[in-house]
Amino acid sequence: GSCLQHPGQLLTPGPSMATSAQPRARPSALGHQLWKTLSSEADLEERLHELDLRSDSDIPDVPPPTDSTPEILKKALSGLSARWKNWWIRGILSLAMISGFFLIIYLGSFMLMLLVLSIQVKCYHEIITIGYRVYHSYDLPWFRSLSWYFLLCVNYFFYGETVADYFATFVQRREQLQFLIRYHRFISFALYLTGFCMFVLSLVKKHYRLQFYMFAWTHVTLLITVTQSHLVIQNLFEGMIWFLVPISSVICNDITAYIFGFFFGRTPLIKLSPKKTWEGFIGGFFSTVVFGFIFSYFLAQHQYFVCPVEYNSETNRFVTECEPSELFQMKKYSVPPLLQAVLGWETVNMYPFQMHSFALSTFASLIGPFGGFFASGFKRAFKIKDFADTIPGHGGIMDRFDCQYLMATFVHVYITSFIRGPNPSKLLKQLLILQPEQQLSVYKTLKSHLVEKGILQPSLRG
Amino acid sequence: MRSHCLQSSQHLSAQLFLQQQFAESPGLRPRALPCLDAPQGESESENKLDGETASDSESKCDFGGSSPVPTSDDTPEVLNRALSNLSSRWKNWWVRGILTLAMITFFFIIIYLGPMVLMTIVMCVQIKCFHEIITIGYNVYHSYDLPWFRTLSWYFLLCVNYFFYGETVTDYFFTLVQREEPLRILSKYHRFISFALYLTGFCMFVLSLVKKHYRLQFYMFGWTHVTLLIVVTQSHLIIHNLFEGMIWFIVPISCVICNDIMAYMFGFFFGRTPLIKLSPKKTWEGFIGGFFSTVLFGLLLSYVMSGYRCFTCPVEFNNDTNSFTVDCEPSELFQLQEYNIPVLLQSLLGWKTVRMYPFQIHSIALSTFASLIGPFGGFFASGFKRAFKIKDFANTIPGHGGIMDRFDCQYLMATFVNVYIASFIRGPNPSKLIQQFLTLRPEQQLHIFNTLKAHLVDRGVLGSLEEA
Repeated sequence: GSCLQHPGQLLTPGPSMATSAQPRARPSALGHQLWKTLSSEADLEERLHELDLRSDSDIPDVPPPTDSTPEILKKALSGLSARWKNWWIRGILSLAMISGFFLIIYLGSFMLMLLVLSIQVKCYHEIITIGYRVYHSYDLPWFRSLSWYFLLCVNYFFYGETVADYFATFVQRREQLQFLIRYHRFISFALYLTGFCMFVLSLVKKHYRLQFYMFAWTHVTLLITVTQSHLVIQNLFEGMIWFLVPISSVICNDITAYIFGFFFGRTPLIKLSPKKTWEGFIGGFFSTVVFGFIFSYFLAQHQYFVCPVEYNSETNRFVTECEPSELFQMKKYSVPPLLQAVLGWETVNMYPFQMHSFALSTFASLIGPFGGFFASGFKRAFKIKDFADTIPGHGGIMDRFDCQYLMATFVHVYITSFIRGPNPSKLLKQLLILQPEQQLSVYKTLKSHLVEKGILQPSLRG
Repeated sequence: MRSHCLQSSQHLSAQLFLQQQFAESPGLRPRALPCLDAPQGESESENKLDGETASDSESKCDFGGSSPVPTSDDTPEVLNRALSNLSSRWKNWWVRGILTLAMITFFFIIIYLGPMVLMTIVMCVQIKCFHEIITIGYNVYHSYDLPWFRTLSWYFLLCVNYFFYGETVTDYFFTLVQREEPLRILSKYHRFISFALYLTGFCMFVLSLVKKHYRLQFYMFGWTHVTLLIVVTQSHLIIHNLFEGMIWFIVPISCVICNDIMAYMFGFFFGRTPLIKLSPKKTWEGFIGGFFSTVLFGLLLSYVMSGYRCFTCPVEFNNDTNSFTVDCEPSELFQLQEYNIPVLLQSLLGWKTVRMYPFQIHSIALSTFASLIGPFGGFFASGFKRAFKIKDFANTIPGHGGIMDRFDCQYLMATFVNVYIASFIRGPNPSKLIQQFLTLRPEQQLHIFNTLKAHLVDRGVLGSLEEA
């Protein structure tokens, strides 16, 4: 690894600071010692200010996290050289993750939602922990509670806005839920405000800057992790294919770019990630497009993947049963003359969805990696090797999901712009909230529109 | 003003010393540090009001960043001469007072000029606030040497504004948009275009990451985004409130201003018990006095304003005249009604019933929020200024500081009003719903139509006039 520095690396004193250099044992121990040292001297803010200003190389590395590979694997692979051992560990874990993924898909939408939620919470936790380490702010106990509280608030808000729409019939039956839904925004805002006021009241002299940093860190993390996860869930409700194909494309791009880079890699792609190469990038692009085509072809045939997820109030389950939309019905396409010569076919039977998968795979290969570069830059900026140690050989959950980050938003924007309009059940819910006179006028407008389009036969009277 | 200035000579020599030290720091041009002399001193010994003019604060600490020379007093000459005879404390009072009146007059003029001008002013205030906060970030991190970043910050501001304005325009100017072909396409794919623009900025950021400055760049990225979140979303919520009816714009803002002024006065004359360590000049007497006066002020102001259509009607865009009109049948919120006075107050006031607008009840809620929770926005800004050791956000307004200083309490108010309106006053926008309806597929349209019809028949709104 590139970041293995001597664990005893000391805090290099800057030209104008006389900081006492402390030997570093573990990050938290140093943090505490540093805290005591600094607090006992002049303003802590001053120190941090100096810390911020110095260029990155002066700031010590966090020592690499301990190896968390399970014992079984270690014994089985003890004979191999370190490089191949690493390869095998990563490979085995990749397979394990992919199998886990398939299992959960089989179990259905609800389990998928839970999975997305747990991943979101874990990513949030990872990033917040990095913030604590960077700023040595374990001594601000209020702040951990506040961070989790804000996470709860924002999740409550989003779940209320999106998921509640799908449970409209379920909600209609219960009075208390109706109240919660009707005033949902107000309740969420009140909850958030409480957190905000608690933050203001918790501001402690000498630690203002730290607290503001953590506040901002929390909010940016929420913006990144929570909004993305909710967009993922909304895509899921549109049809599991909209959830599976983008995620698989990103994973495929990761793996194939790595493989192409491993075998053919020569020209470096970007200074930020020296292991990425142009050969890997381009090879990954083409393989991902092909993979997307083939994968969508298989998924588009099954109703289970293609239909929007709906909640059946009678059976209290999620159901995916519908008449497949025209996006998932085979059509004949004429092959453009250039490709005709290559492929030898004149027409081809494809699902229209496969054209969309082309757009999704392109995004996953060309722009998705920027999410990865962003995360690499972040790790270099704060001198960490991985976000956490959760997965042996791979690092933290966030390491696996950094490229997915932009993908979810793109798919959501793509769906709302090109595929479907607004959500009908949400529209209905809003219509039912209007004042009676407004409802009447809307009704009349709709009726005239429908009659005009011939969808509704004009009534005999009125 | 004595206690600060006495330290000034000491401070200047300390500054020069530190500047020399920093000249060795690699990769960064030497910059004067932000205000170093303890603001702790300010908190304990300064029990006065923030009656310091910009001139005093600047002579002791510079946050312009580029030169060690303290910037000069920018109170206009006119005022300086007129007030030269008074003692500095009263002089400050007068400067602040005159500027306050000037700002309030300006506010009235703009209201008179109409919604379009108001929208433009909100936009300018937003840009100026954004600029102020970003400049503070540059000063704190001495990141003038990352030229890419200034461009990127402004670019992100542009993107986010484009996104929000596009959503607003699409909602309220629906007919106008439908008429013009290019606008129609822009509005249909609006989200996609905004996202593409934002992505371009994001990729530019990633490509601009420079070794040795990663952390700085990430800080500025985070700083920009948090600022956007605060400043731009609030300003767009204000514009939404404005479209609901100018009264929803004017009453909240006036309540916050009134609370500011009243709390200041009550604190000045009666202030004794400090309110919060963060802002030592605030007192409980000021807080409570401000609360009651603001509620009263809100009631009176709403009474006066509810009588005029130009304030109470939603702003609409008239296609034929291509201008904004405020003309409508006032909703029941703005029609006088008889209320029974609760028995407690009857003895006090001597009336049995009172004629009030229902809106005045809502104004009590708005004023309460402005007095009780609004100040937290001010405390937040105070904490922020202390954290980054700045006296004011900027020097735009003599005696008051920057634009952000004036608007820090408004910050939460706009969101509250928007949430309040959405929850309690009106439901969703009917024309927006119709517009969404028209984009659905025919089967979905039919399904919704039938459900709506069944609902209306159920409620008896739709009698036997229509039948399937």
